[in-house]
Amino acid sequence: MNKVVFKVGDDFSTDHIYPGRFMATILPTETPQYAFADYADFNGKLKKKEVPAGSVIIAGKNFGCGSSREQAASTLKGWGLTIIARGFARIFLQNSINLGLKTVICPTIEAEEGDEVEVTSDTVINKTKKRAYYIEPLPRARQVILDAGGLIPYTREKLLEMRRKK
Amino acid sequence: MGMTVVQKILARSTGQAAVKVGDVVEPRIDLAMSHENAALVINQFQEVFQGTGLEPMVWDPDKIAIIFDHRVPAESSKTATNQKKVREFIARQGITKFHDIRSDEGGICHQILPESGYVRPGQVVVGTDSHTTSHGALGALAFGVGATEMASVWALGRVLNVEVPGTIKVETAGRLKKFVTPKDLILYLIGKISAEGANFKVLEFHGDAITKMSVSGRLTICNMAVEAGATSGIVPADAETLRYLKEEAGVNEPVEPVLPDPDAVYDKTVKLQLGRISPQIACPHMVDNVKPVEEAAGIKIHQIVIGSCTNGRLDDLKLASQILKGRKVARGTRLLVFPASWRIYKEALKKKYLADLIEAGAVIMNPGCGCCLGVHQGALADAEVALSTTNRNFKGRMGNPNAEVYLCSPAVAAASAITGVITDPRKGE
Repeated sequence: MNKVVFKVGDDFSTDHIYPGRFMATILPTETPQYAFADYADFNGKLKKKEVPAGSVIIAGKNFGCGSSREQAASTLKGWGLTIIARGFARIFLQNSINLGLKTVICPTIEAEEGDEVEVTSDTVINKTKKRAYYIEPLPRARQVILDAGGLIPYTREKLLEMRRKK
Repeated sequence: MGMTVVQKILARSTGQAAVKVGDVVEPRIDLAMSHENAALVINQFQEVFQGTGLEPMVWDPDKIAIIFDHRVPAESSKTATNQKKVREFIARQGITKFHDIRSDEGGICHQILPESGYVRPGQVVVGTDSHTTSHGALGALAFGVGATEMASVWALGRVLNVEVPGTIKVETAGRLKKFVTPKDLILYLIGKISAEGANFKVLEFHGDAITKMSVSGRLTICNMAVEAGATSGIVPADAETLRYLKEEAGVNEPVEPVLPDPDAVYDKTVKLQLGRISPQIACPHMVDNVKPVEEAAGIKIHQIVIGSCTNGRLDDLKLASQILKGRKVARGTRLLVFPASWRIYKEALKKKYLADLIEAGAVIMNPGCGCCLGVHQGALADAEVALSTTNRNFKGRMGNPNAEVYLCSPAVAAASAITGVITDPRKGE
């Protein structure tokens, strides 16, 4: 069971998640410090380590719209957050899968900060509201990358396979 | 069953007779573009090769393009270090399509790729930049990817596990009136279908206004296709595409356009009546918060930006200079102009567009992304308002979450520079 620690609305862009002025910082080990940098309260809680890994962010439609910057996914992964959204923008969703950031597409989710939620294989259960919401499965093209542990190991397998054929 | 342009391109690039929506394919890549974020791609690329015993070499150094544009010249030692790392990698790998910070080759990636003749109809182009959708203007399938996905492309020459997207047909009717531009067309469309209206889909543009539009205008509309969530925007190649490639991009070899089948199946068709639309404004803080200029007129503006990958081309600068010639930028308003490439800069210099803008009080900046993404070259104070021909107005986009950004065409930007408030360019007629 995991707690909702932050709730955002529709169209929450990668500029909100990881502002452009920090884009020169690239390494996944360094990007977490700037997560939600313009939301000083939540950024402060992260940096004071008050947000345990596995905590949940609830979002509306089109989470991660805008820039393709991968820092937006690595910064969230660095804190071990799970993102449950009514929908995701394409590039952000792909980046998340490639890096192994946990994303859950839950088109009808309702939850408030402080609620306890549980993610099962096909539903998100809001324990506080005592209600369950269906999960939209990831497209199969994306599931195989997730199953391989991310795009880097998946590419490595493909690369070795290609070289063997040559 | 008939195929759309993008379905045909994907069939061709995977050696199949046909593909259908939802098929999982691994298209061969014709061009892979990155900018400063190549520094992160390099990091991920090296990780792919770890433990394989293979030397980390890219699949084809002639198919990778790297253009420095996001922070030029470097605004910090951190950026300078990233750029240095990228230059060293380019030299080691023998990457040929490299555009450094130089006035004889530099500019914004989404202008450099077309003007250098790197993009051709029917190609599959990926870029570590969401506005890679721009290159659909030349009839290519072009889409944005993250750094790790690009690392995978550098290693394999393919994009892994792409689902064939559905296509939304945008059917335009009527012609754009004077001072109503391609930017207004795309803002109008985004306002109509919303910022996620084309998520995971392709926008394929048709109609009289598109046929009559220059490649420059098509680059503007395809550039912002991603602001409606689209995987890609595309204008099927036609006579104008071929003209541009030959006359402006120096492409002399034969080009083979890929066209949609007459019985292509679209997810839906969006019809746009353009004859009566006004110049459009995207209001804070969302790109789909779009209104006709009449409804935003009079709002006080502190900084005006003309330029970027959306609207920094020669016809944009021409339009702005025509409006500003012999006039002055209002006191209390700053006008920054970022030509999209040094080729455009020099052309605008020769045609005296820059002279007219400078006389009016505009500051001509070096070609690059400039203040669009909030890093440098034009920060905003708290409570200041910007009016910009760029493509995003999310809260904090220009570096200050306590400022506001409105988006518009070069005509609206220039007319508003004279008055210091949002102004309908048709009023000056």
